[in-house]
Amino acid sequence: MTQILTGTFRVKIGLAQMLKGGVIMDVVTPEQAKIAEDAGAVAVMALERVPADIRAQGGVARMSDPELILKIMDAVTIPVMAKVRIGHFVEAQILEAIGVDFIDESEVLTPADEEHHIDKHKFKVPFVCGARDLGEALRRIAEGAAMIRTKGEAGTGDVVEAVRHARAVMKEIRRLQNMAEEEVYAYAKQIGAPLELVWETRRLGRLPVVNFAAGGIATPADAALMMQLGMDGIFVGSGIFKSENPAKRAAAIVKAVTHYNDPAILAEVSKGLGEPMRGRQVASLREEERLAPRGW
Amino acid sequence: MRPLTIGVLALQGDFIEHEAMLRGLGVQVRQVRLPEHLEGLDGLIIPGGESTTMGKLAVEFGLIEPLRRFGREKAIWGTCAGAIFLAKDIHRDQPILGLMDIVVQRNAFGRQVDSFEVDIQVPALQVVDPEPRPFHAVFIRAPIIERVNPPAEVLATLEDGTIVAAQQGHLLATSFHPELTDDDRFHRYFLHLVQQAREKQPPVVPSTASDNGR
Repeated sequence: MTQILTGTFRVKIGLAQMLKGGVIMDVVTPEQAKIAEDAGAVAVMALERVPADIRAQGGVARMSDPELILKIMDAVTIPVMAKVRIGHFVEAQILEAIGVDFIDESEVLTPADEEHHIDKHKFKVPFVCGARDLGEALRRIAEGAAMIRTKGEAGTGDVVEAVRHARAVMKEIRRLQNMAEEEVYAYAKQIGAPLELVWETRRLGRLPVVNFAAGGIATPADAALMMQLGMDGIFVGSGIFKSENPAKRAAAIVKAVTHYNDPAILAEVSKGLGEPMRGRQVASLREEERLAPRGW
Repeated sequence: MRPLTIGVLALQGDFIEHEAMLRGLGVQVRQVRLPEHLEGLDGLIIPGGESTTMGKLAVEFGLIEPLRRFGREKAIWGTCAGAIFLAKDIHRDQPILGLMDIVVQRNAFGRQVDSFEVDIQVPALQVVDPEPRPFHAVFIRAPIIERVNPPAEVLATLEDGTIVAAQQGHLLATSFHPELTDDDRFHRYFLHLVQQAREKQPPVVPSTASDNGR
């Protein structure tokens, strides 16, 4: 009997590879999930509240009700993701038990552990984690993350932090590649990343897993900007269903991610989308309102 | 003979992995996002990804008919979502090319926690490598090929008989992802089909009005 292997790292990163060049959309109802799928989303993130509402309403943000997530899973044929709090491995066990396709260990929810992230190797379901720089990304991969995304500043509609995080990772990879070999050891120590993964990143010239943009993306131009900065795909949170015409905007962002290098098509898809989400400038947030610094 | 140029449909999915594999085999590669990108290609790979997304984008950017025309003369290989795209029947209403006489069921093994890898036997690969090694197949939320109607033929099955690869002349469908492994035999096998299809075509006559519809 030939051995069948499930839950391997290859199978986990394999799904992330299939999502490349695509848009993953936050949805809070089965109806929104349908709209996202019809617009061409490659996956949906099932949530009770989008980040903009979590921000506005405050309180402790937790994993969503499994019943809601199951209804969304029933509504669409594309993969369904859901969020757990940083370090909350029991929420992750629950999501794995109901069969979600990907878990986001997310700073958008209130962290459950201020020291440790989830040991993601213990799960068959793949995980995506946020990162602001190369060290953070490689620490998450060491813990078993099969996909990385920029943190950005979720729920703001301001892309500035996503750009900062994408550029930080790219810049550090370029620096790593230009370093003398003997400098790599001290560099790994300095950024707090496992040496093995630092060598692998240097050899590949990119992160060892798929790297998406997230946090503040609200327009087709934002999405194409992140793609041109070298991201593999896009998460859109509040940007779609907090806008005037979600179906149209969702479809436009999908097209913009495919044709990210074609300004004529980008101009065409950007026309007449109605009001984007109103948003909030990241620069106007108080320090305690920022979500990106969560994670260690 | 002119070197081969192979397209990878780059609407969405893991087209870079196919591209890397093909470049490793010394062929020219071009990403295809619009109908005009198909011009002059000898073959095309439709990658893995989300078939609903690819189908929608193919309709929006006018690729369905050009891809059908392409597939009638030249080799196309679909992996996973690409195999769904090539099928005639997928039990649901979503844009497909309908080029191969196969019936495909999406997400047939279950959700992502059921994705798997396994060694399979693919006798046809002995065309490119006489040693009958198994092929390590990676299945990601994979479809199965429920039925293969002539002239399509079964190329590989799992031990329980589930069909996971099929061929119809110069068209090839696999429900797994050779591009996620280091084994290039399936890509070499596809290039062999590309060559065969090219030899069957009439020699190219230089012309500027190759397809003006009249």
